[in-house]
Amino acid sequence: MQKFEIFTGIVCPLDRSNVDTDAIIPKQFLKSIKRSGFGPNLFDEWRYLDQGEPGMDNSKRPVNPDFVLNDSRYIGAQILLTRKNFGCGSSREHAPWALEDYGFRVILAPSYADIFFNNCFKNGLLPIVLEEKIIDDLFRLASDDQALGMTVDLHKQALVIGDERILFEVDPFRKHCLINGLDDIGLTLQKIDAIKAYEKQRKSEAPWLFHGK
Amino acid sequence: MSAKTLYDKLWESHLVQTDKDGTALIYIDRHLVHEVTSPQAFEGLRLAERKPWRVDANLATPDHNVPTTERAGGVKAIEDPISRTQVETLDANCIEFGITEFEMLDTRQGIVHVVGPEQGATLPGMTVVCGDSHTSTHGAMGALAFGIGTSEVEHVLATQCLIQKKSKAMQVRVEGKTGPGVTAKDIVLAIIGEIGTAGGTGYAIEFAGSAIEDLSIEGRLTLCNMAIEAGARAGFVAVDDKTIDYVRGRPYAPDSDQWERAVASWRTLHSDEGAEFHRVVTLDAAAIKPQVTWGTSPEMVVGIDDSVPNPADEPDSVKAEGMGRALDYMGLEAGTPMSDIALDKVFIGSCTNSRIEDLRAAAQIANGRQVAANIKLALVVPGSGLVKAQAEEEGLDRIFTDAGFEWREPGCSMCLAMNADRLSPGERCASTSNRNFEGRQGQGGRTHLVSPAMAAAAAVSGHFVDVASLINR
Ligand code: SF4
Repeated sequence: MQKFEIFTGIVCPLDRSNVDTDAIIPKQFLKSIKRSGFGPNLFDEWRYLDQGEPGMDNSKRPVNPDFVLNDSRYIGAQILLTRKNFGCGSSREHAPWALEDYGFRVILAPSYADIFFNNCFKNGLLPIVLEEKIIDDLFRLASDDQALGMTVDLHKQALVIGDERILFEVDPFRKHCLINGLDDIGLTLQKIDAIKAYEKQRKSEAPWLFHGK
Repeated sequence: MSAKTLYDKLWESHLVQTDKDGTALIYIDRHLVHEVTSPQAFEGLRLAERKPWRVDANLATPDHNVPTTERAGGVKAIEDPISRTQVETLDANCIEFGITEFEMLDTRQGIVHVVGPEQGATLPGMTVVCGDSHTSTHGAMGALAFGIGTSEVEHVLATQCLIQKKSKAMQVRVEGKTGPGVTAKDIVLAIIGEIGTAGGTGYAIEFAGSAIEDLSIEGRLTLCNMAIEAGARAGFVAVDDKTIDYVRGRPYAPDSDQWERAVASWRTLHSDEGAEFHRVVTLDAAAIKPQVTWGTSPEMVVGIDDSVPNPADEPDSVKAEGMGRALDYMGLEAGTPMSDIALDKVFIGSCTNSRIEDLRAAAQIANGRQVAANIKLALVVPGSGLVKAQAEEEGLDRIFTDAGFEWREPGCSMCLAMNADRLSPGERCASTSNRNFEGRQGQGGRTHLVSPAMAAAAAVSGHFVDVASLINR
């Protein structure tokens, strides 16, 4: 995983609550057996006017001018601002893959669905929880004629806009993994002895759990 | 020792290690695998030259992409080349890594969440995971079961463990007797209507109370299936005699020499008297009517004798806007009685409602009646090959086909429309599945979630109707 370093980017405001993972990446694109290449189909049904199918040349498709991702102010945005319960629904990791592939690195929302929240960290995406009031303020700023720029400093757990700083919380373990670009599996495999010891004990207590067919 | 919740017990018995900050490594007993969320995980294993930690903990079956029509041609005959590749990739990965798979033409094939309990592959007291959010289903067995993403699928394959933080514990109690025609599906929709689709976020939900105890195991599977629609990754029910009777004799159940020991340990799988929950919600079963969703989120739900709600009556402006958008998408007017809503298609199936009891309940309503003329397609898709065989033995297939329903091969089908079964733009469907999101059953399609009996009642009436009025007494 890539290390998460300090950066400055544009904020794209997606003013909807309960955005589900079907909306983030519609199911027809789940048929890919790869991890990459989902960016052009991020929010496909909202972003284009025709029906998207895998393998289409997305540059030739009619875009929905009313959808925020197509607004010229937000081209190249790396920070997605949105409403509560973002990422609900299906557990598909294709959702963070698509957000990341598009170029987003940070999401700002009052709350997230659990599985999605978890999946983000595994893919170098940082979902930040902010109070509803701060989110409201940011929506106002981000909807100005001039796009809102923001610096994200994970070390200091701060968002910086001009002279203003908004501090945020992040789980220390997840922060450590993001900053160092650590892969969970590698970390867990350092605990082989503990896993083996657990298995041994469990096998004697509940041997029926170890019967495959 | 202090009183423990069922969640505490399940969690603690799977703890491998806890770090100072509360990050825990928990052991996974059963990993279910399907074709959509696993290819990248197997690819990851290959690239890192890793092997599965415990091959026998895994069980795979294709479900999302398989056709529900004629299958004689096998995988090679799957029309959509991308669907075919996914199913073939699963087959090849299972062979390469030595994982047991019920392939498409195996009678045991079906939707993972139907297959697991049916085989006894998900047992009380287990941790069960799958790269699918409806893994919460298996909590009905008194297990800790939850959906994971593909990175976690790879993590479980490689280490048999997951890195987790403990959730908070919620108890949802449903007390009393349900009225006629009210099923587990109606109970869970009513719960979601009450607490909202984010009401369970951050919690593991234990369903309890006399109305839950009264449910069969299949009913509890339906209930726990939708815990995720209430925002909770896991939902479960304590073990009782019904759970133990259900498991007995299933292919993966403990052998006779271990059965008594296993049962003794399962008997402890309930919350202790006086155990504390972070949140308790109580519902009155008698007040629950057969439910129908009207919007694009499972929380947008009312009883069959209600009308489509009016956004103008909603004080929260963000919520009102969401309601307005949902009504637009659904093509509905506020104030329309639910029973006036006419339908184009009916879908009975999905991991929520495709087990034998679901099919019996629908067949009871369909029996001797005809699908209404305005219904273009009424589909019945059993959850597994074994459910299908059982239904055919009972003659349910004939009841359905005589009434004008189509009887299909097992799979996810029109629950998410990844195969050829889908809605066209603007079409309205009564569906026994679990998600009514925009586009879920096909772009522009309009989904109303209901129970199997309510779906059958809608099919024969052409519009929604209180199934209680059709039950032969
Ligand atoms: S039936 Fe539907 S909800 Fe269930 S696993 Fe299949 S696609 Fe997912």
